[in-house]
Amino acid sequence: MASSCRRPEHTAPPDVFYNEEEAKKYSQNSRMIEIQTQMSERAVELLNLPEGQPCFLLDVGCGSGLSGDYLSEEGHYWVGVDISNAMLDVALDREVEGDLLLGDMGQGMPFRSGTFDGCISISALQWLCNADKKSHSPPKRLFTFFSTLYSSLTRGARAVFQLYPENSEQLELITSQAMKAGFSGGMVVDYPNSSKAKKFFLCLFAGVTGVLPKGLGSETSDRAVPNQVQYSGQRCRFKNMKGKSVKKGRDWIIEKKERRRRQGRDVRADTKYTGRQRRPHF
Amino acid sequence: MKLLTHNMLTSHVKGVTKGYPLLIKATEVKVNEVEFNPQFVSRMIPKLEWSALVQAAEELGHRQDLPGELVADYETNEEFLKKVHRILLEVEVLEGCLQCPESGREFPISRGIPNMLLNEDEA
Repeated sequence: MASSCRRPEHTAPPDVFYNEEEAKKYSQNSRMIEIQTQMSERAVELLNLPEGQPCFLLDVGCGSGLSGDYLSEEGHYWVGVDISNAMLDVALDREVEGDLLLGDMGQGMPFRSGTFDGCISISALQWLCNADKKSHSPPKRLFTFFSTLYSSLTRGARAVFQLYPENSEQLELITSQAMKAGFSGGMVVDYPNSSKAKKFFLCLFAGVTGVLPKGLGSETSDRAVPNQVQYSGQRCRFKNMKGKSVKKGRDWIIEKKERRRRQGRDVRADTKYTGRQRRPHF
Repeated sequence: MKLLTHNMLTSHVKGVTKGYPLLIKATEVKVNEVEFNPQFVSRMIPKLEWSALVQAAEELGHRQDLPGELVADYETNEEFLKKVHRILLEVEVLEGCLQCPESGREFPISRGIPNMLLNEDEA
């Protein structure tokens, strides 16, 4: 259980973490495939590509090409970059339609300027925030990535990154480096009130400032009247008990006596009468 | 690697200013049939470096009768678009390497995937 709670970035660098075994999951685990496809769908929706036009897109951290499959389905052409050989091998086995490159996003994107009509990336950007080698500096690598990406996009293109930020500082670091590289835009959060369905999308515009799209599932919080108390029916009486018994109950009294006994005090023995109420007196 | 990707790829080794076009030293080339999409090809043509494309096609021995200069009415010239489509999307380099024209650094290609990873001192 403990290992599944840890973030994969903390266990190993991406080229090591995504080995054959991990890569196999991405071609066999139907739940993983479904989630990846859903996120790619949403990312493409956020890209806001011109309708009915085949575009040339970049997929950063393409992995086994699940997101690319969706792009091909939509009639687009794509180039995928990934750092893991094992994942790219899976992509080759799956016979994806896009072209693949082995590359490290932190070293910059090796493309001519104005190449791509858009860029998507699913669950990859958070890997850049870790220094896996002594020479790695996350802010510098982020800046290299964003600045080379900026130049490889056409004017007015968008870049959408789905990511799992660890904390708000990380999010701030990523956005500030992206702004420094010339992008405008910001975060779009889908289902902000749900802990499981909540998804972060970094939506960046190259060259032109656009209106940031709204996150899904945030309508309810917008519509609510702000001066009303929410969740008034929620019971919070036992919230702070943390496993302790209810006060004045028999269990509480026995626990308390036990505690006093441990302190070496003089305490009456526990009997069947312990914690009972006295009979009423007139 | 398709030649469309090659046309967009540059060398990103530290200190290299242009690094374009990368020289192809291919040992295995394959021609894959890909569905023809005239709209996409004519959209991509203005983005291409035509001379680099012709040079790359020549290096692989797949130039055939590709003209050295871009045809002016390419949008309506279906025959020309088909030729470009074949070069851009159907000819694939499977094994070999790409060489940076400035630094001479070689990027190996295996199973059609160019390895663009840099060493620490090159990044």
